[in-house]
This record gives sequence, structure tokens and C-alpha cells, in this order.
Amino acid sequence: MEHYNMNLTLKVWKQKNTKAGGSFETYQVKNISSEMSFLEMFDVLNEQLITEGKDPIAFDHDCREGICGMCSMYIDGRAHGPWTKNTVCQLHMRAFKDGDTIVVEPWRSAAFPVIKDLMVDRGAFDRIMQAGGFISVNTGNAVDANSLPIDKKDADAAFDAASCIGCGACVAACTNGSAMLFVSAKVSQLALLPQGQPERESRVLNMVAQMDKEGFGNCTNTYACEAECPKGISVSNIARMNREYLKAGLSTEE
Amino acid sequence: MGLTGLFLITFLVVHVGVNSCIFVNDGGETFNTAAHFMSHNWILRIMEVGLFAGLILHIIQGLILWKQNRAARPVKYSANKASQNSAWYSRSMGLLGTLLLFFLIIHVSKFFVDTKIALYADGGANDASHNLFEEMKEEFQKWWVVVIYVLGVISLFWHLLHGFQSAFQTFGINHKRYTPIIKAIGVGYTIIVCLLFALMPISFYMGWIS
Repeated sequence: MEHYNMNLTLKVWKQKNTKAGGSFETYQVKNISSEMSFLEMFDVLNEQLITEGKDPIAFDHDCREGICGMCSMYIDGRAHGPWTKNTVCQLHMRAFKDGDTIVVEPWRSAAFPVIKDLMVDRGAFDRIMQAGGFISVNTGNAVDANSLPIDKKDADAAFDAASCIGCGACVAACTNGSAMLFVSAKVSQLALLPQGQPERESRVLNMVAQMDKEGFGNCTNTYACEAECPKGISVSNIARMNREYLKAGLSTEE
Repeated sequence: MGLTGLFLITFLVVHVGVNSCIFVNDGGETFNTAAHFMSHNWILRIMEVGLFAGLILHIIQGLILWKQNRAARPVKYSANKASQNSAWYSRSMGLLGTLLLFFLIIHVSKFFVDTKIALYADGGANDASHNLFEEMKEEFQKWWVVVIYVLGVISLFWHLLHGFQSAFQTFGINHKRYTPIIKAIGVGYTIIVCLLFALMPISFYMGWIS
């Protein structure tokens, strides 16, 4: 792929803290390499802002390998930018042309309050996990792996669900701000495996209850979540969670 | 939402079936016999109450969803290319449903209420002379009534196109082999039902049925 440099206009959401109202600020960046990642472009801009004595843009990042799920940015009207199955660190500047204007804003969700600028608090996901996204195991030595037979297709489906990185792109892209894809991936992963059976019913009921408590919206099956998920988590997990929820709701005695 | 939706979908089969009797083109004899049965049989009269209950429940569920989903995103995106990740009609079920509700108010206030008046006013004195086929024929001579009906059917088309298959996902039915079949049946159902509904006012207006 041919290398080129570009000058860009950035419209970035600036917000001092959770309580303050935010607004867009316009920045000019020059000589950005097409081989940079989007985050590296922000690094360049922030160095420039710090040199000028201005407030740099706060954004979340950790691994820069596409697996941490910290980069809660809505870029040019899409979760994690214009590429599919992608995170912001893996979004390269070759996705843009010289002279482009790019709008960058944080995830917009009542359940993900903005901490500062482009950083959001995804603690709601942690609380959903604490409500049931775990298994109970005895302490002591690890059990021999082959002592628990697992069907290959169940193992594969559980692994696919487990590839969810909890980035919140599903919530961000959903017109209703629903967290069903995230929660269903976590429910599916454990419901498919023998280790997840003891808490199978209470897990789905508690996780869904916590999800509703956090103020996420409802699923109306638009499937925008699947289209924007960086890990390609399937909406078949949502159907599985609906099944689990119905079954658990009918058989629970609480 | 899915349960009441599928219930209303089954009702539409009956509705379109009875209405299709006009295509026999026998001066409304078959249609009026069917319509008479629908409005006089006591089992159907009881089911009618269930139908309205289902419709009202569907509307209430929709309103609750709309309220909760709006609250879930207090600050809107300033740039949002939603068309790149989902179909417009799947995101517009509330809007399409509202259009349908307006249409239903117009629709029910004419044909349904007139039938009830004939049945109950003056001790049912006008029941025998009430001719629903003639009433339809007369009503659909007005071009603006035909336009309202066609617009109503268009709203119904997009609402059903998403709603039919969406209901199954809500019930947890998502299967490698069966989901494509369900989706195909949904598309077929939507096209056939909407085409038949749209053809009624058009056929009367064009004079294909007399």
C-alpha cells in the first residue's frame, strides 16, 4: 500500500468531567502518515497541544493490540471508525484522505458516563459481571483437562462468545443503547460449558436484572451490534440468552 | 412485543383472507357472507375482544420500549452513520407503528364502527340492509381514501418485514438451518399480505371489481 502524508481537521468532543457539559473543539493536524494508527495520530496532536501549553485530549488506551477494548470512540459516525471488526488502535490513517474532517466523540450511553473528553466509565459492565459472570470452583490443584469431556462444537461456540473484549461498541452502535450482545456473550460462554452449569439459571436472571438496573436500552433486533463488534460476536448469542432467560424464569422458584 | 406481534400477524391472515373474497367478483356476495359470519358468530365476537387487548398491549409495550430506549441515550451522536450497520426500517419500528396507529384509527372509525352501528343501533334494525361490500365500493371511489390506504399498507409492509423475523429471535429461535427459512417465510408473508391489502382499494377505484 502506498504511503502518503495528510493534513486533517479534527472535531473532538471535549468535556471536563462527568458533570460538566461538553462541546466540540476543532483541531488541525499536519503531516500525518498513512501508516500511523488513529491513536498515534492523537499522540502527535497531544504532543503539539502540550507544547503549546493547551489541554491535551483525554482518551483511553491500553494494549494497542486490538484486545483491551478501552478505546471508547465514535469516529465519523461509526463505533471505532469506518472499518469493520476493528478497534481504534487498529484503525490506520490510510482509512482517511488528505483534507478530511473527522468527528470524534465518546460512546453515548446513560450507563457509560463520560469521565473526561473521550474516556467513558464502563463500570456498568463490571457490575453485570459481578452479578453472575463467574463460575464457582473448588480451590486446590487444577483438574486434569481431559477429565471433563466437552463437545467440539460447544467448545468452539463458547470460545467465540469468550472472544468478547467488553469494549461497549455494541451499546454505542445500538440505536437503543442496549447491552444485550455483551451480556449474551458472557452468558453463552458459561452456559455452553460444564463448569458453568451450577449457576446457569441464577446467572442469566441476575445478569439481566443488573443490565436493566444500569439503564441500558432494550434489544429490538436491529443487529447493529453484530455489525460493529470488533470481535464479530454473533447475535445468535442474544437468542441463546433469551432461551436461557425464558427457561430460567419458568423453572426458578424465587 | 414479539408475542403480541405474532398474535397480530396471525390476525392479519384472517383479515386478508376474508377481504380477499372480494376478488371472487360476484357483486360482493361471497365477501358479505364472510363478513356477516365474522361480525355475528359469538365465538368470533369474544375473540375480537382479545384482538383489541392484544393490539393495545402491543402499543403499550412499544411505548415503554420507546421511553426506556430514549432514556438510555440522553446525549445523541452528532455524527451517526447508522445506515452502515443496520436497516432503516429495523430502527424505525416505533415511527412505522405510530403511522400504522393513525391509519388504524381512520380505518376502524369507518368500516368497523359502521358495522357495529348497524348491529346495535335501533335494536339492530339496519343490520339486514347493511352491505359492507357496497360501503367499501363507495368509500374507495375517493382518491384520497385510496392514497391513505396505500400509505397505510406501505407502513405495514416495512413494519412486518422487520417484525416477523424479529419475533422469533426474541423467543430465542436462531438456528443455522431454520432461521433462513423463517426469514424467507416472513418476507413471503409480508409481500403477499401487503399486496392483497393494497389491491383492495386500488381494485375498487380502478373499477376492476363491481
